[in-house]
Amino acid sequence: MRKFLNGPWVLLMPTLIILTCVVLLPLLLSLWTSFTPFKLTKPDTLYRFVGFRNYERLIGDIDFWIAFGRTVLFLAIALNLELVFGLGIALLINKITYGQRTLRTLMMFPMMFSPILVGFQWKYIFNDNIGLMNNFLREFGVIQPIPWLVDGILANVSIMAAEIWSSTSVFAILLLAGLLGIPKDPIEAAKVDGCNSWQVFKNITLPFLMPFVFIAMTIRSLDVARAYDIVQMMTGGGPAKRTELLWTLISRTGYVDAKMGMANAMSYISIFLSIAFTFFFFYKLVEARQRLSYE
Amino acid sequence: MNKKQINNILIWFSAIVLIILIMTPGLWVVLTAFRPQVDVMAKPAVWIPRNLNLIQFETMLFGGSEGSMGRSPIPVLSYLRNSLIISFTSTFIAVLVGTIGGYGFARHNFKHKNKYFLLIMLTRTIPGISLSLPIFIIFSKIGLIDTHIGIILVFVALNIPFTVWLTDGFFRQIPRAMSEVAMTDGCTKLQAFWHIELPLSRSGIASAGIFAFLISWNEYALVSNLARSTDSKTLTVGLMDFTAQFTINWPGMCALAVFIIIPALILTFMVQKHLVTGLTFGGVKG
Repeated sequence: MRKFLNGPWVLLMPTLIILTCVVLLPLLLSLWTSFTPFKLTKPDTLYRFVGFRNYERLIGDIDFWIAFGRTVLFLAIALNLELVFGLGIALLINKITYGQRTLRTLMMFPMMFSPILVGFQWKYIFNDNIGLMNNFLREFGVIQPIPWLVDGILANVSIMAAEIWSSTSVFAILLLAGLLGIPKDPIEAAKVDGCNSWQVFKNITLPFLMPFVFIAMTIRSLDVARAYDIVQMMTGGGPAKRTELLWTLISRTGYVDAKMGMANAMSYISIFLSIAFTFFFFYKLVEARQRLSYE
Repeated sequence: MNKKQINNILIWFSAIVLIILIMTPGLWVVLTAFRPQVDVMAKPAVWIPRNLNLIQFETMLFGGSEGSMGRSPIPVLSYLRNSLIISFTSTFIAVLVGTIGGYGFARHNFKHKNKYFLLIMLTRTIPGISLSLPIFIIFSKIGLIDTHIGIILVFVALNIPFTVWLTDGFFRQIPRAMSEVAMTDGCTKLQAFWHIELPLSRSGIASAGIFAFLISWNEYALVSNLARSTDSKTLTVGLMDFTAQFTINWPGMCALAVFIIIPALILTFMVQKHLVTGLTFGGVKG
């Protein structure tokens, strides 16, 4: 008993108990539900086991695969653009000596907005009737209002803009922290030896920055699903499923159509997607960290 | 003009463009909250505000006044109360539990420690909407749907992983020798923690708390499905209420948005410095 009280487990116990009850057990129930034809309107169906039927149907479900593909594509484009813009902004702020702190604080502005607010303000900006975007374009003679949130491609681009606006600062702030921590000696030594600024960036700055890139990616991949809030607010997945992501599809199947069994099967696939993203970047982080300490 | 001056001008020019891109969307919403409906709907657009007023805020808080469109259809005050109760309670519990857990990770070595740490972080990756499905089923069975307790419970679980991550990093910065000295002088382990390690990591715990509060305050995916009525709906869900109406009251919606952003704004400014250090050293030093 004394050993237990002095050990780590008594300290970790509350954390583990709460996470087990509120996350792990529901996930097990979710897994079970995905093997049943459970509908909210018919409670008895929770106890009927149908094996992989839900999953088999999903494999043949074209709507599901379109939403899945769109989600993966959306994340790939958004995360890469956020990284590139974030890196650019960090390098820019790093160059500025006067007013750097103020700029850094201003940069955090989008981080204060909850995803639902981000969705709202961009819904307002892209509104075809009174939005800032169309009002602005009208001043330059574009009289015909552009249907930003109705057209398939434009709607996806608009949502992407909202997503990038809200998350680029995470990358910028963390990468700036990395840039500020880089020792000056190797850079000066390289310049004395005749390296140009691109070579310095590629061979010294970037390897030092890599762990920070992966920290940012890991932190970011933890909450990729917040895109749900933004999409739900801006278009609700519509019009006519043109902006449907995996998460809005799950929400519609589960709560609107009340097909809980099917929704849980989909949600398991989305959970694996999220975990795969996080795992990948965490692994890369550990790798980059090791490489840095060997050199 | 030499090359360096041109360079400087370019840097400042891009910095200004950047600031405009970052600030405009938010400021436009804030401005709209104070403008009359006529100006917002005007075509061609009215760029320079002619008259600003507080009608939207009056309608929202006191249920309508002369000149406004009558009673506010959205019970903002109930939502505000729910948001405050849920966010404060869940933050308090999450910080309490998470700090203890973070201390356990920082001060003890045990088998598969990194795996447990990763497992705790992985619970955070589960999309809110996916987690909401089974919780909805359980809560409707045991009667926790549309209650403060149910939502608080979920938010606590949501906030523990980051609290553990942040406090673990802050505790590891404190040299172990400090509490060891205190313990050779006759302190118990608990006393050493209470008098030495806790005060030293105060700022770290405070930022973890603010961070947890913000996550609770901003959460939408889970609450929107676990809350059904004014008994437990929060402000973020309330914002969505506006879109269910036949014509969207943009200035009113903007006023509610301003209402949601103000606490987040103040808290983020308070925490910004610790947040960056907290998140990065946990990751780089391993």
